Amino acid sequence: MKNTAFLKFHEAFGAKIVPFAGYNMPVLFEGVNAEHETVRTTVGVFDVSHMGEVWVKGPKAFDLVQKVTSNDVAALTDGKIQYSCFPNKDGGIVDDLLVYRINAETYLLVINASNIDKDWNWINDQNDLGAELYNASDEISQLAVQGPKALATLQKLTETDLTTIPYYTFKKIDFAGVKDVIMSGTGYTGEKNSFEIYFNNADADKIWTAVFEAGAEFGIKPIGLAARDTLRLEMGFCLYGNDINDTTSPIEAGLGWITKFVPGNEFINRAYLEKQKNEGVTKKLKGFELIDKGVPRQHYEICDAAGNVIGEVTSGTMSPSLKRPVGMGYVKSEFSDLGSEIYIKVREKLLKAKIVKTPFYKG
Amino acid sequence: MNIPDNLKYTKDHEWIKTNGDEAIVGVTDYAQNELGDIVFIEVETVGETLDKEETFGTIEAVKTVSDMFMPVSGEVLEFNEDLEQNPEIVNSDPYGKGWIIKIKMSDLSELDGLLDAAAYKELL
Repeated sequence: MKNTAFLKFHEAFGAKIVPFAGYNMPVLFEGVNAEHETVRTTVGVFDVSHMGEVWVKGPKAFDLVQKVTSNDVAALTDGKIQYSCFPNKDGGIVDDLLVYRINAETYLLVINASNIDKDWNWINDQNDLGAELYNASDEISQLAVQGPKALATLQKLTETDLTTIPYYTFKKIDFAGVKDVIMSGTGYTGEKNSFEIYFNNADADKIWTAVFEAGAEFGIKPIGLAARDTLRLEMGFCLYGNDINDTTSPIEAGLGWITKFVPGNEFINRAYLEKQKNEGVTKKLKGFELIDKGVPRQHYEICDAAGNVIGEVTSGTMSPSLKRPVGMGYVKSEFSDLGSEIYIKVREKLLKAKIVKTPFYKG
Repeated sequence: MNIPDNLKYTKDHEWIKTNGDEAIVGVTDYAQNELGDIVFIEVETVGETLDKEETFGTIEAVKTVSDMFMPVSGEVLEFNEDLEQNPEIVNSDPYGKGWIIKIKMSDLSELDGLLDAAAYKELL
């Protein structure tokens, strides 16, 4: 089991530590609802150092990233970020990721901790083009600083005007006395003006301490993985392993918007996915709200009114912000229209639910 | 960890407080702490007579769902309706306002088989 550079800070805060994707990670600090609210109302800090980072460099870097990811890398310019996925050859998804364009010959791929080895092997297997690859996952620490007071907190620690880093862009900046920190206008919470910060493990103590000092006046707190999950689910963001996996296609998962069938984007399995897009899919990932009382959870069956199984819940929770039970799941396409009545089977009972638009939480 | 002396306990972390042949039942401070934020409590057994250790309801936290079991046999008389809208009361006051059901016990001798505070503490 690996430790991130922040474990001692988590322990000092009294975190409940659990093994997650090969790391000892904080799942809970003061309680999931309180932590969730901290992020929605002020500012919270997530240790997301378990995430993987792969550098792709050289004259063939663009070609490899374009080949292995579904989004159109040609649409990126320096300093821009793209949400994307690695399609496999069987209609599924190897992983979802962020693609950072540093320059035309340098890209940073940020991947899920649970998939680092799988992704690394996959990218290398596809690299008949000769791009330079480097797995920096063990060397880079990452903090996500999220919430309405994230910008005010972080702004104290840099001369760079952080409002010049809009959503899905980044800059390399001097931050908290550390050079070349990647300040990224991204996150997994749906909070605007929030950031993810990448730096070397050696600078972890300095940056954690500075961020917590800067945020003290706003009541900054560390946030665990449990609240990370409720926050992302309120936004309808996919979690790899729950909502998408090796067998679900990006078209089925509603990720058509990151699957770009444009000239020059000849990514892996494009033909099959393009056919799915044109001809339609038999199941779709949709958000739903329970109308009856209960809590939907992963792997619960989704049924029609007669109790016939029409799908499966992939994520579900009682939304801490909305105080309503919400979830996502795959349903047969004929039940996927907004407003469709579906039923979630909870302990042998059919609870009424309806298909709704995501995000569930609109700020 | 709060374990009041005047209650009886089960190994499944329910407590029972008796008053004649009636009693109220809840989950322990330890249980609410282990569960974390409680988001939903369902009791659909009001009016039913259940055996000791039968499931009388379920308690859902953000990440887990657990059954709740009858400490002794009896009829479920009442569900604490405050918990329908505010299940988090069980987190804040597990032995007071967070009581879950009121029951009419059918065999008072079953109480002798339950744990006292010292024995429950030992179990944890």
